[in-house]
Amino acid sequence: MSVDTATVRRIAGLARIAITDDEAARLAPELGNILDWIEQLGEVDTAGVEPMTAVIPNHLRLRDDVVTDGGVRDKVLANAPQAEHGFFTVPKVIE
Amino acid sequence: MTALTDLGIAAIRNGVRDGDFSAREVAEAFNAAVAAAKPLNAFLVETPDHALAAADAADQARAAGETLRPMAGVPIGMKDLFCTKGVPTTAASHILEGFTPEYESTVSQNLWNAGAGMLGKLNLDQFAMGSSNETSYFGNVISPWRRNDGGNAPLAPGGSSGGSSSAVAARIAPGATGTDTGGSIRQPAAFVGISGIKPTYGRCSRWGTIAFASSLDQAGPMARDVRDCAIMLEAMAGFDAKDATSLDLPVPNWEGQLNASLAGKRVGIPKEYRVDGMPAEIEALWQQGIAWLKDAGAEIVDVSLPHTRYALPAYYIIAPAEASSNLARYDGVRYGLRDLPDGANLQEMYARTRAKGFGDEVKRRILIGTYVLSAGFYDAYYTQAQKVRTLIARDFERAWEVCDVLLTPTAPSAAFALGEKSADPLAMYLNDVFTVPSSLAGLPAMSVPGGVDASGLPLGLQVIGKPLDEQGVLNAALAIEERAGFTARPAKWW
Amino acid sequence: MADASTPFRIKGATGDWEVVIGLEVHAQVTSNAKLFSGAATTFGAEPNTQVSLVDAAMPGMLPVPNRECIRQAVRTGMAIDAQINKWSRFDRKNYFYADLPQGYQISQLYHPLVGEGAIEIEVGDDTKTIGVERIHVEQDAGKLMHDQHPTRSYVDLNRSGVALMEIVSRPDMRSPAEAGAYLTKLRSILRYVGSCDGNMDQGSMRADVNVSVRKPGEEFGTRTETKNVNSIRFVMQAIEHEAARQVDVLEAGGTIVQETRLFNPDSGTTRSMRSKEDAHDYRYFPDPDLLPLELDEAFLDECRASLPELPDVKRARYEGLGITPYNAQVLTAEVESARWFDALLDAGAKPAAAANWVTSELFGALNRLGKSIGESPVTPGQAAELLALVADGTLSGSLAKQVFEAMLETGDAPGKIVEERGLKQTSDTGAIEAVIAEVLAKNPGQLEQYRGGKVALFGFFVGQTMKAMGGKANPAVVNDLLKKALG
Ligand SMILES: [Mg+2]
Ligand SMILES: [Zn+2]
Repeated sequence: MSVDTATVRRIAGLARIAITDDEAARLAPELGNILDWIEQLGEVDTAGVEPMTAVIPNHLRLRDDVVTDGGVRDKVLANAPQAEHGFFTVPKVIE
Repeated sequence: MTALTDLGIAAIRNGVRDGDFSAREVAEAFNAAVAAAKPLNAFLVETPDHALAAADAADQARAAGETLRPMAGVPIGMKDLFCTKGVPTTAASHILEGFTPEYESTVSQNLWNAGAGMLGKLNLDQFAMGSSNETSYFGNVISPWRRNDGGNAPLAPGGSSGGSSSAVAARIAPGATGTDTGGSIRQPAAFVGISGIKPTYGRCSRWGTIAFASSLDQAGPMARDVRDCAIMLEAMAGFDAKDATSLDLPVPNWEGQLNASLAGKRVGIPKEYRVDGMPAEIEALWQQGIAWLKDAGAEIVDVSLPHTRYALPAYYIIAPAEASSNLARYDGVRYGLRDLPDGANLQEMYARTRAKGFGDEVKRRILIGTYVLSAGFYDAYYTQAQKVRTLIARDFERAWEVCDVLLTPTAPSAAFALGEKSADPLAMYLNDVFTVPSSLAGLPAMSVPGGVDASGLPLGLQVIGKPLDEQGVLNAALAIEERAGFTARPAKWW
Repeated sequence: MADASTPFRIKGATGDWEVVIGLEVHAQVTSNAKLFSGAATTFGAEPNTQVSLVDAAMPGMLPVPNRECIRQAVRTGMAIDAQINKWSRFDRKNYFYADLPQGYQISQLYHPLVGEGAIEIEVGDDTKTIGVERIHVEQDAGKLMHDQHPTRSYVDLNRSGVALMEIVSRPDMRSPAEAGAYLTKLRSILRYVGSCDGNMDQGSMRADVNVSVRKPGEEFGTRTETKNVNSIRFVMQAIEHEAARQVDVLEAGGTIVQETRLFNPDSGTTRSMRSKEDAHDYRYFPDPDLLPLELDEAFLDECRASLPELPDVKRARYEGLGITPYNAQVLTAEVESARWFDALLDAGAKPAAAANWVTSELFGALNRLGKSIGESPVTPGQAAELLALVADGTLSGSLAKQVFEAMLETGDAPGKIVEERGLKQTSDTGAIEAVIAEVLAKNPGQLEQYRGGKVALFGFFVGQTMKAMGGKANPAVVNDLLKKALG
């Protein structure tokens, strides 16, 4: 699987990682190599095999419907790069 | 009298309990050793006061005639992937620089509840992605070991728990926490001649531990020997309702049931672990390990794990896929780095922040993970990898029909020099070839030192066990440890 | 398809167009705590006060599912006769937005909790079955505020992680009226089940409206999705506008772009969202923090056993009790009315008369007072007593009205009011005869006319007699005695 720079840009865009032209050019063969290598998985006959869902037999436990958390706004906002009036802030979004 | 810093966890616990020395003396000795070991770059944050406070609590409890807690007076190093309340936690990434959690991870809290104290936060590969501790934003960790060729090339301590391995091997911590996603406890333990166990998936809570790949991440101890690992794992493990994948089972008394006699036990030797280009010394050590286990009373059986060679490529789909999603939360809004140039919009802020905050290896894995999950590729990559994972787990299940534990080498080589493999991601990934299959199957697995290679560097043997059979793993490792008589230690140069 | 007598058509320049509608309804599950955290869900709290470290996606935080949210979604599925999947799982939907702290929404794509079901609607005289493709459980997002600061948006995560059911219909609706009927019915069912309060003005129920148009009989056209429309009326408006817009585009030779649109309630129009469509590669995959959700029979049995009688069944039962179809429909549309009416029947009221009284007298009074049935000053027990007093002749219709007014004012029982105010109807023939004699004596002119053949004046004498008796005379007795007296 050869990966072109346009693909690298699209993937980086999806992952929200800004990349320069140089980085895209460097990453394209690097990712291509890794993808080539993982593609050997295609050789494995997995007909009738279920994808793994839980490595160790265990089932999902459910929680009771009780309020046990919240009311910790100071803790929630403590590490925010920018918080105002009890809110996180981001650059203005136009929907 | 031996220096207090030469003592392991059991020796410190017993000494404090018996009044041979105070916990405060121990904490002070290790605090001093940590402070003097800056060239190793093992610690990102030093927390001597935390260690002293726990020590004083132990000393007071003893003075009051109370029964001491299981790790009372033992100071340890905490991998900086565990969130520690009030102590900066970064996962060795720029993107979390300045982040101070308002909460304590379950594993670290369990250790404090057991009486342990914290010497500091240990360096690691950024977001635990790496096998050499060369991806930390805060610089490489240096192994305390040197080759005996006089070249003094700085060596990799392994990864991702490289700060942990380096600190324990250098005797600046008697034990340290690690996390293991594809071998991150076992490979670094093997590289520096210490022991480390990854328990069954679900034994240690993942709550409060910064996630790399959720279906694989497991915490575990790294320490001087098997007994120390058993003590520390007992303290770390346990059911946690806050982690939906936590196993609701009591924690066994692993230390109390240590037993190096393997009479009646069958040890499987998987033929697929004999890989091309494996150094003869590793093959020789493996054979030696087989002989030791036979000597301990075990029956040796050949087994086949036919899908072994597909474990690594499956892992490099599953782990990056999970990571690409787990790391989406680092976006500059609620904590950590924010890069917001004038006039940038929200999506530009995300892209800039993440470009600046993540290191190259982290970006590489996020991109791989994003790619394999993207439209049109999901089934061919991710679903196929999870099916292969089922086959790998089945291989192990078949093996358990004829054996109780498996013995393999831990890593395909001894420690390499820093920089030696960092240019070639694939070569680096191959380091985990022996540790990844058991991670994919969620099995308990341990590395124990077996000997040294021609250049005097440690080599490890890996014991893999059935689900929940940490005891079987610890016992086989103990049988090796007793016979290997591994006493090599790095000469102090830092 | 039901054979709609007059199918809804948009008249275009090139002929008639049919509109095809599918709805994805997001209904907030009624629960104390969020879907995956222990934070509260109350509406209207101070910003970021109902946020746990899990909801804020702090490093290392993990989701643990709330049983009640699962239970309510299963009960909802059972209420629309849907397939309940005993094995389901949660997937992550990955995208970056400021209201989504994790960078993904935990939802269900591949294996939803609830599969195929159906909802029956009525439009005019036609009934029609609308298919429900699935119901899955997912997290709500936080809220962005854009008008607090010139260059910043503010983020409030109180809603972040609140449990939603996404109820996805088949594209089975063909008119705004059908969409309105579907939403009305769905809302009614949710409220009966108790799985969602249906408060659309608080955002507890929002619809994504998928609309396409086609010439009748042709293939489906390309659809657009208008997001988050928060009232039934707006949904109907959005369809109206969007269908007309699509017809205009197509008839002008254009093509419809599959896109996300926004509804503007002020103008009643939709517009394209600025979002980049290439970003819609959500990279769904199973959430590795959660194991598959497996439900056992005991859990399902409890869900089934706890379901109330649902609107369609209740309506049929009412009709079987002799209640008119119209009244049965009115009484069952809202769960509170139905509960109130059931309590009235339980207290011994006769169904048909009770239904008439509730739909006219009680609803009229509540309407006047601006009160919901839940706030009715009259209890079902008191109402049953009132109806019994009418049935046994103690109160005439007009006396009953007076007593009811007094009950509304005081909250007292009718018996007490009748006693205190002396409103009891009298059948005492002696007293009535005396009053009749007086009335005839006072109105000799009318008496003469009546006897001269103007029998229509009978009503006049009844009215005069009743008036003179303060409305308390038994009308039947008055009639009898008057007839006798007038000869
Ligand atoms: Mg939608
Ligand atoms: Zn949804």
